[in-house]
Parts: sequence; structure tokens; C-alpha cells
Amino acid sequence: MPLAQLFLELGAVILALAFVGRAAGRLGITPIPLYLLAGIGLGAFMSLGDAPEEFIHIGAEIGAVLLLFTLGLEYTSQELRDNLHANRGVGLLDVGLNFTPGLLAGLLLGFTPLAAVLLGGVTYLTSSGIASKVLADLGRLGNRETPVILSVCVLEDVAMAAYLPVVAALLIGGTLAAVGVNVLVALAAFALAFFLALRYGPLLSRVVNVQSNEALLLSVFGLVLVVAGAADLLRVSAAIGAFLVGIALSGEVAERTRTLIAPLRDLFAAVFFVFFGLQLDLGAVPEVLLPAALLAVVTSITKFYTGWWGAARAGVQARGRFRAGATLIPRGEFSILIAGLGLGLAPTLGPLAAEYVLLTALIGPVLARFDGQLAPLLDRGRPGETQVG
Amino acid sequence: MVKLEETPLPGVGVRHDFDGRYGKRVGVITHRDGRREIFVSRRDDPDACAQSIVLSDEEAEAVADLLGGSTITRHVSRLTQDVEGLAIDWLSMPGFSPYAGRLLGDTRMRTRTGASIVAIMRGGQAIPAPGPELPLLPGDTLVVVGTPEGVVRAAGLLSGEDSGAAG
Repeated sequence: MPLAQLFLELGAVILALAFVGRAAGRLGITPIPLYLLAGIGLGAFMSLGDAPEEFIHIGAEIGAVLLLFTLGLEYTSQELRDNLHANRGVGLLDVGLNFTPGLLAGLLLGFTPLAAVLLGGVTYLTSSGIASKVLADLGRLGNRETPVILSVCVLEDVAMAAYLPVVAALLIGGTLAAVGVNVLVALAAFALAFFLALRYGPLLSRVVNVQSNEALLLSVFGLVLVVAGAADLLRVSAAIGAFLVGIALSGEVAERTRTLIAPLRDLFAAVFFVFFGLQLDLGAVPEVLLPAALLAVVTSITKFYTGWWGAARAGVQARGRFRAGATLIPRGEFSILIAGLGLGLAPTLGPLAAEYVLLTALIGPVLARFDGQLAPLLDRGRPGETQVG
Repeated sequence: MVKLEETPLPGVGVRHDFDGRYGKRVGVITHRDGRREIFVSRRDDPDACAQSIVLSDEEAEAVADLLGGSTITRHVSRLTQDVEGLAIDWLSMPGFSPYAGRLLGDTRMRTRTGASIVAIMRGGQAIPAPGPELPLLPGDTLVVVGTPEGVVRAAGLLSGEDSGAAG
């Protein structure tokens, strides 16, 4: 009987997500905020039994691990190195302008310092998933501002890979000295693993690259889970282990893995977003609406400026700068992932992050459509810059 | 000769583009999975794409053929190796070359530059070890091997800039 119940409820939830995903496709927006809403609705109007909830919980953890794994898979180590080298300026501006508002808002809202650091991460990370999908779907890959957008995303993802182990160490808590040691250990473990991934990635790729798709999928998925588990044991954060496996795999095997694992990732990532929505404390939703809106407006402006500045440095004209800024505004999967870490720390962090992601996911795409009308207005104020006339 | 710019697109692939003579930027994005995307920029907003077309591997090859390029040269050029003192280059035969339509032997390439023509690419086909009686046609790609200076002189010779040079 419990099995029948599990299947029925889980099936209903996933079917509902399919419906939501199609609706999002028709509206031309990302489904992530809608998945969140679905989770919130689910939590409010019906209650799943223990078994489905347990299953969804584990599925959500796997989803987080796979999100980070495929993120690592996206980039070759060469691209990471080149980007770190060439785009330091934009990267630093990005951290300064977009991490700080979240941090300050967290402190103003009376969060613990750690919860405030998490909120900083929420406002910092652009959704690279949304950005790259928008660029590909709208045929903007050939645009001149596109490399800037992609570079900012790459740098953020690297920053996140260093940020997560630190947060994981902070979450363990303890005395100041113990926390300091934990952070140092986490950073050292991360640096070592990163080095090993860059150094021995090609070897690993050769070993894993078997002919049969089935064997490849199983070895990669198994490897990801084992490394994630080991990372969790070392308290470095499971997701980071997965990210590093993704970085280590390169070339043909990365290409094949990406297509093989994408459906799995999509399934579990959707479960992850639903689970996040499910966990939210609905009573806090109206209460944080105003802070979320303010934060969304402020960090939309700071993120916009980051993109504008980066594109200007690359010699792009006003309209392109405008598009670069607007494309970077949406926050998504990783903001939710980070907020998920802090649900126990501050009960309002979850609803705040959810509303914030919803708002930025709307502001960005809407703004991007008006590049022709709005960009000249912004450009007029700064005649010193490359106004070719 | 167009000035081709190469830009890496992290997570996507590589973009090659140039500012076309008719006011629009033209380029090709090579996706990691082998798809090619051709785009042209807008005239009023050269940073933005007006249109882009995604081509599969095979379609891209067909279009390249239609445009008169030889895909073989692209594949072969990956083999280029830097051996000390030895240079290999793929020189195209422009229509205005003094040797267009003349026999390969007429160039007296090896005597005059020290570089040898070891193969000719024509219409997607390779002609290895061509004899002196083979006519050179505009659009041919000559594979030239020699010292680095010799290959540079060979390029000058074919384009007619340097016809008096002696080896």
C-alpha cells in the first residue's frame, strides 16, 4: 500500500511540474520560479505522506549534486584559467556590487552573520543556467556582449565553488578558533582537489571513457555520488565534490556525459526546487515581501551596472551594454541552493530568497526587451564614453 | 584578406567573426558539439545578431562547399607542426596571381625560394605530389614546405609581389 501511495503522489507532483514547465516555455521564462511556486502550493494545500516526502528529500539532494556536477562539466579547465586571468576586473566589481547588498540586508533584517553571508551569496549569483539558455534561445550567441556575460557567469561559478566549502565550514560552527580552522581546512581541501582535478583530469577522463553509454552513465553517476559523499564526510559540502568531478572530466567524455546526464539532472533539479518550496514557512511570505522587492530592485541595478561596465570595457555600444546588464539580472538555481543551506538558521531566509528569485527572474527578461528604447537614455548621461557619431 | 577575430565563448564554443565590407559583422560560432551557427549582425546595432542559422556538421560542410571553401584544408591545417627550421603553409592561389592558369613548373618555386609545393587542394580533393606539367587554377590551395623564409617568399611569389626574388 505505501508503494501505491508513493507512486501516485510522486507521479501527480511530477505531472504537475511537466504542466508548469510547458507553461513557462510558452511564456518564454525559466521554469525555476514556477517550480518554487508549485512547491509552495503543494506545501500549503496538501500534505504528502512521509514516504513521498522522504523520497523527495533525497531526490532534492541528488538534484543539488547533479546541478553542480553539470556546472563543472560545462567548463574546461583551460577556460577557467583563461577567464580568471582575463576578467579579474569585472569579477571583482561583481562580487563587490552584488554580494554586499545581500550581506547588508541580512544584517539589517537581524539575521545571524552567517545567514547574512548566505543572503549575500543569494544576491551575488546570476543564474548561469538562465543566462546561457536565454542567449542560445534568442540567437544572441553571436552578439558582441555575449562573451562578457558568459565570462561573468564562469567567474561566479568559480567563486561559488570556493564559497560553498567556506559556508559549509561555518555551518559546523563552534568557537571562533574552531571555525577558523574549519574554514582553512575546507579551503585547503578545495584547493587540493581543484589542483588534482586540473592535473589529473585528462587521466580520469581516459579511464572513465568507455564505449557503452550505459556503462559511462553508471560510472559517472557512481563516481559523482562517491566523491560527493566523501566530500560531505570531510565536511567540504557534497555539491563541491560533484563540481570538481565535473571540472576534472573533459573532452569527449565530458561531451557524452553532458547529454547522458542532462535528463537525470533536469528531473532531480525540478524535485530540488519543489522540495525547497515545500519547506518554506508560508507565514513568513507576506512579511518579507517588501525586503525582497527592495533587494531585487537594488541588486538588479548593481548587477545591471556590472554587465554594462564589463561590456563597455569590451568596446560594446550602449544597446549591447544594456543587454549585458539585463541578462545578468536573473538569479536562479544557485541562489536557491545557497538559501537551502540556511533554512535552519533564519526562518525568513527561504521565503525571502524565493520571492527574490521570482522577482529578478521577471525583471531581467522584461528589461532586456527594451534595449532599443532605454539604452540611448542611459547612454546620454555619459558622453565621455565611446559615442561613435 | 578579412581580419578574422577569434573569441572564446566559455561553455559554448568559439566564435570567429569579421567586419564585412557591406557594413555588417559576419561570423560563425562553432559549438562544442560540432554544430555551426552562422550569423550576421544588424546594421543599426552591430553588436547584436540580426539573424543566426544553426547548421549540423554535414550542413555546414555543404555550405562551405557552396561558398567555395575546401573543408579539407581546415582539417589538414590542424596537423601543422612546429618542427625547428621547417615550415608548412597552405597558400591560396588568388585570381590575380601571375601564375593563375599557368603550369606549376613555370613558377620554378624550389629554385627561386627553396620551398616545394608538395600537394594541391582543389575542389575538396587533394592532389599529392603534383608534377611540373599540372596547371595552377585560381582558388587552388597549395601546400608548401620549406624553411620559414622560403615559405614567406613562396607566398610573395604566388601573389606576384615578389616575382624577381631569387633563391
